[in-house]
Amino acid sequence: MKHLNLIVHTVAAWLATLLIVFPLIWLVITAFKTEQQAIAIPPELFFTPTLESFAEVNLRSDYLHFARNSVITSVVSTILGLAIAAPAAYSMAFFRTKKTRDILMWMLSTKMMPAVGALVPIYVLAQTAGLLDSLTALIVVFTLSNLPIMVWMLYSGFKDIPGDILEAARMDGATLFGEFKHVIRPLAMGTLSSTALLCLVLSWNEAFWSLNLGSSKAGTLATLIASYSSPEGLFWAKLSAASLMAIAPIVIVGWFSQKQLVQGLTFGAVK
Amino acid sequence: MSYLQLQGVEKTFGAVRVIKGVDLQIEKGEFVVFVGPSGCGKSTLLRMIAGLTEIDGGSLMLDGRDITKLPSSKRDLAMVFQSYALYPHMSVFDNMSFALRLANVDKVVIKQKVGRAAEILNLTQYLDRTPKELSGGQRQRVAIGRAIVRAPKVFLFDEPLSNLDAALRGQTRVEIAKLHRDLGATTIYVTHDQVEAMTLADRVVVLRDGQIEQVGAPLDLYDNPANQFVAQFIGMPQMNIIDTAALPAVSTVAGEVSGHDGYIGVRPENVVVRPAGEGRLSGRVDLVESLGNNTLIHANVAGSTAGGVQIVAAQSTRTQLHAGDAVGLDILPSSFHLFDRQGRTVGRAPAQAA
Repeated sequence: MKHLNLIVHTVAAWLATLLIVFPLIWLVITAFKTEQQAIAIPPELFFTPTLESFAEVNLRSDYLHFARNSVITSVVSTILGLAIAAPAAYSMAFFRTKKTRDILMWMLSTKMMPAVGALVPIYVLAQTAGLLDSLTALIVVFTLSNLPIMVWMLYSGFKDIPGDILEAARMDGATLFGEFKHVIRPLAMGTLSSTALLCLVLSWNEAFWSLNLGSSKAGTLATLIASYSSPEGLFWAKLSAASLMAIAPIVIVGWFSQKQLVQGLTFGAVK
Repeated sequence: MSYLQLQGVEKTFGAVRVIKGVDLQIEKGEFVVFVGPSGCGKSTLLRMIAGLTEIDGGSLMLDGRDITKLPSSKRDLAMVFQSYALYPHMSVFDNMSFALRLANVDKVVIKQKVGRAAEILNLTQYLDRTPKELSGGQRQRVAIGRAIVRAPKVFLFDEPLSNLDAALRGQTRVEIAKLHRDLGATTIYVTHDQVEAMTLADRVVVLRDGQIEQVGAPLDLYDNPANQFVAQFIGMPQMNIIDTAALPAVSTVAGEVSGHDGYIGVRPENVVVRPAGEGRLSGRVDLVESLGNNTLIHANVAGSTAGGVQIVAAQSTRTQLHAGDAVGLDILPSSFHLFDRQGRTVGRAPAQAA
């Protein structure tokens, strides 16, 4: 009976994984097809891989330009976010007041509004400030929209650190910065790195604001992908090739740091 | 001026005054113990001295310097926490040297100082371990070691022994006393255990409801308590407190305290158990506690109230008495403490004989 259970669970887990990963696998396969092979019905499973689509994407658009924008916006917004979220989470975790819970809930509630609801005001703000199609606008929006999640994650990581230890550090002569550097940082390394990683991924994948605020000069890889879905029809192979090029860097980063990510996201739950 | 001086120190949490204007002078090298029941504010007062809790009123002077508003890191005090609060990610050596490293002390000097402290505390072989790999007693010693390597102006101990088992507690208590004798460092020690207070302190500060009830040398508090609270808090087993209204007979014992209206206090060791029929008071045994070196006899003396009056006698000899036996009781002359109806000491009757 136990054995059967294990088999059922294993099969179910594999099916679920396949269901989630299948589009990605299909994307990778399609990227190495020609346009004719890509739209062939029934789909061709066996074909000679070609780099034709990648070459065409490279010819038509400046991949490095978009990649550069993606790297800048996601890295800078993550660093800014950490710089703002860490002190906020610190004060909430170690100097709790009656309102701390409410503030956390309020922060999270801002994530419940669809982004499009704030499109017009933010667009107008960016326009008035002369920041349309600029990296600055994207960085600001990414930072702000990631802050609630960053504060939550850091807060739940920090509050597992006994306050006594921080007080001991203070008695030992540590300043606020010293406390953070010598005690909080090493003890909350998992939380800090997984928070940074998650925000990096979220900013990298962000499409809505990238498309609306930064179409050409400040376009990120998300806008590069979007530019391959044109009114004249979809070019599946090229679209897939562009997508693969867009997601590859972040997938690689995620692959190497998945241990931290899982540890950080399940922090507290496991303990 | 005193080394450490508290003047009208106040703390309020919301509308509640938890520390109500404390004045206290501590001299250099003194071992002072704050003692009191839980919730009396002793830990809060210590944390205020440490700078971990803000001082809302009054002033705090250390070595001629006003440190009332100074952050903990600038006060030059060291604290040993009840939970030890060791840095879990650092080795014992790193734990003990943390303060010195922050102060950019030369590496050779750090090694020397930590080495010496480790030797004193028998920690030399554990320097490379992390706190997780140590026993409770060893962790406690690391916490003390972390404090002594710095040679701070004042050591603060916040109930450092309450997480240890009874045997280890007694042992560590002796070690702390020796350590203080050797280092001669000014120390403030918080505990709810009056035995620790009596054995360690040069002076004991008894606190209740955020106020100092009495300050004095341990035996001074034992012999001359300022009020009924201190009288009952210091001393184990507790002092007997007898309401003269409930047991008028007690006033006539030896004729010493006749006419006193209020409470009479007698330490259990000053109550003598006699065979039934003898003694000025007669009662019935409720309970006998045989501790080996000491025997406590709880007796009930019939008085004017329904339940009678409980009197505990302590004697160093063993007894054949059992619950229910009739006994006589005498109270040694000159051993009375007299309290008025508000619990204030109004005298001893007569003044203690030599």
